[in-house]
Amino acid sequence: MFLRRRFLILWILLVGAVIFGLSKGAVEISLINLILKDNQTILNLRLLRVIAGILVGSGLAVSGIALQAVLRNPLAEPYLLGTSSGAGLAAVTAVILGVSRIYLPLAAFLGAVASIIIVYYLAQERGMVTDKSLILSGVIISVALSSLIVFLVSLFGNAAMHEMNWWLWGSLQVYDYKLLILVAFPVVFGIALIYLFAQDLNAISLGEEEAVHLGIDIQNVKKILILVTALITASLICICGIIGFVGLIVPHMMRLLLGANHRVLIPATCLAASIFVILCDLVSRTLFAPIEIPIGVITAMIGAPVFIFLLKRGKKSL
Amino acid sequence: MSVLLKIENLRGGYDQQDVISGLSLSVNQGDFLVVIGPNGSGKTTLLRLATRVIPLRQGEIYYQGSNILRMHSKEFCRKVAFVAQDINPGFSLSVRELVLMGRIPHLKRLQHETKKDIEIVEEKLKLTDTFGLKDKRLDALSAGERQRVVIARALAQEPELLFLDEPTAHLDIGHQVQILDLLKKLNRINNLTIVMILHDLNLASAYANRVALLDKGEIFKEGSPAEVLTYQNIEKVYKTIVLVNNNSVTGRPNVVLVPGEKP
Repeated sequence: MFLRRRFLILWILLVGAVIFGLSKGAVEISLINLILKDNQTILNLRLLRVIAGILVGSGLAVSGIALQAVLRNPLAEPYLLGTSSGAGLAAVTAVILGVSRIYLPLAAFLGAVASIIIVYYLAQERGMVTDKSLILSGVIISVALSSLIVFLVSLFGNAAMHEMNWWLWGSLQVYDYKLLILVAFPVVFGIALIYLFAQDLNAISLGEEEAVHLGIDIQNVKKILILVTALITASLICICGIIGFVGLIVPHMMRLLLGANHRVLIPATCLAASIFVILCDLVSRTLFAPIEIPIGVITAMIGAPVFIFLLKRGKKSL
Repeated sequence: MSVLLKIENLRGGYDQQDVISGLSLSVNQGDFLVVIGPNGSGKTTLLRLATRVIPLRQGEIYYQGSNILRMHSKEFCRKVAFVAQDINPGFSLSVRELVLMGRIPHLKRLQHETKKDIEIVEEKLKLTDTFGLKDKRLDALSAGERQRVVIARALAQEPELLFLDEPTAHLDIGHQVQILDLLKKLNRINNLTIVMILHDLNLASAYANRVALLDKGEIFKEGSPAEVLTYQNIEKVYKTIVLVNNNSVTGRPNVVLVPGEKP
């Protein structure tokens, strides 16, 4: 009962956020006017942003959940395995080499995938991948690649700088709806797959030994889930660059509000993260319109205080 | 009496070092076997090897005649369950959610728990006297309550064999007896075979029908409490002077420490 009511609230909030995201923008147009023929383009553009917001929010937050449980580390987030700097470096390099804009998402995707492969390879010890070595090599590769980005930007200046900002702080501006559709497949598939592992994630969050005692093939489950989160993250980077905080904060917020059972947590987090990203996007494009502030800045500025509030409040009620 | 678990010439450990070397042991159906031994003698490692947490380096373990390494992991966990010293849920879960995990070995990936699974869970909660706690969060429980809940989860797997690694380590004597009485009841009435590590020799003596004394990764002596818990055996393995008399209540050996004496 308690859960059903909270889910209902989340659904209502999502519908509200979607309506809000469609009706507000840099240009003020009333909701009724939006549906008229003349404003179809604006509506379409905003619709793409809202859809992108749902995909990005759900994808990043569910990846965060899976990695936090699998690595048993509350600080785990989707970019932990070097995807962000890998994608950023590939995009910046592509800009410097004068590659056409159309191919930038592909470059970013490949960069993200390449960095995950390197991180995973480095973390292997005698055929086994331990959590500690995975996190460690993720951090090392991230730092190394980030320094390469700064190195390139210092050498090649402005054009690369602008591009880097876009990739490293994210935007929901969707240039191409076909790309959005293309990205939706792996993201939706990935989220569904992670949900199928909900009970495994519950068991693994008790510890690897506990999971083994419940008959879970821990090495394989870990491998599958890490690869799926990597696929989701790399796909999302193509359309929106890197949007921090969503994958870290929203899962924790939902755990504080609804508990840690992944069967509840995963769907609830999809809803909450969609709402969060749609609203952050709205702020990013309306606050100082027509200037658009990168959405990653907004997610961090809103997410941090909300999270601190919940954490303080949660401690009292526990 | 049929053999449930047969361990033959087992060797295993961590990194380069073997903790268990050449150990053989049989567990019979209906046994209440308590494994004792000094720190580092390999008790926990033995349980980890027998529950497939760490790989064997040599030897074989058979469960009712089939090699446990060839059994499917879920099949194995429908027969054998494990209770650790204490669990540390990384994130906050309710008692009911935890005990429901015991049904994992019985479900396929796409399968959700049925009414029958829920009934089994509730039955095990009642059996361990934790039904009233079912909606509480694990971090709100006392150590004794938490241990009973973990046992309920192991029972929800409906195992034939239950391993326990010092289940009473963090409990006061009242709660120790409560847990061990519960296990004794499960052993007698539900015919659950139990293999348990204990540090307290007198608890081992009071509850076990068989005791295995481990030393340096091998079985030093195995048999009834009266056969194993002699002052000669204990002094030799634990390197400490003890006095063994008869417990007038249980009629079993009673180990008394002698402070300040070295053998």
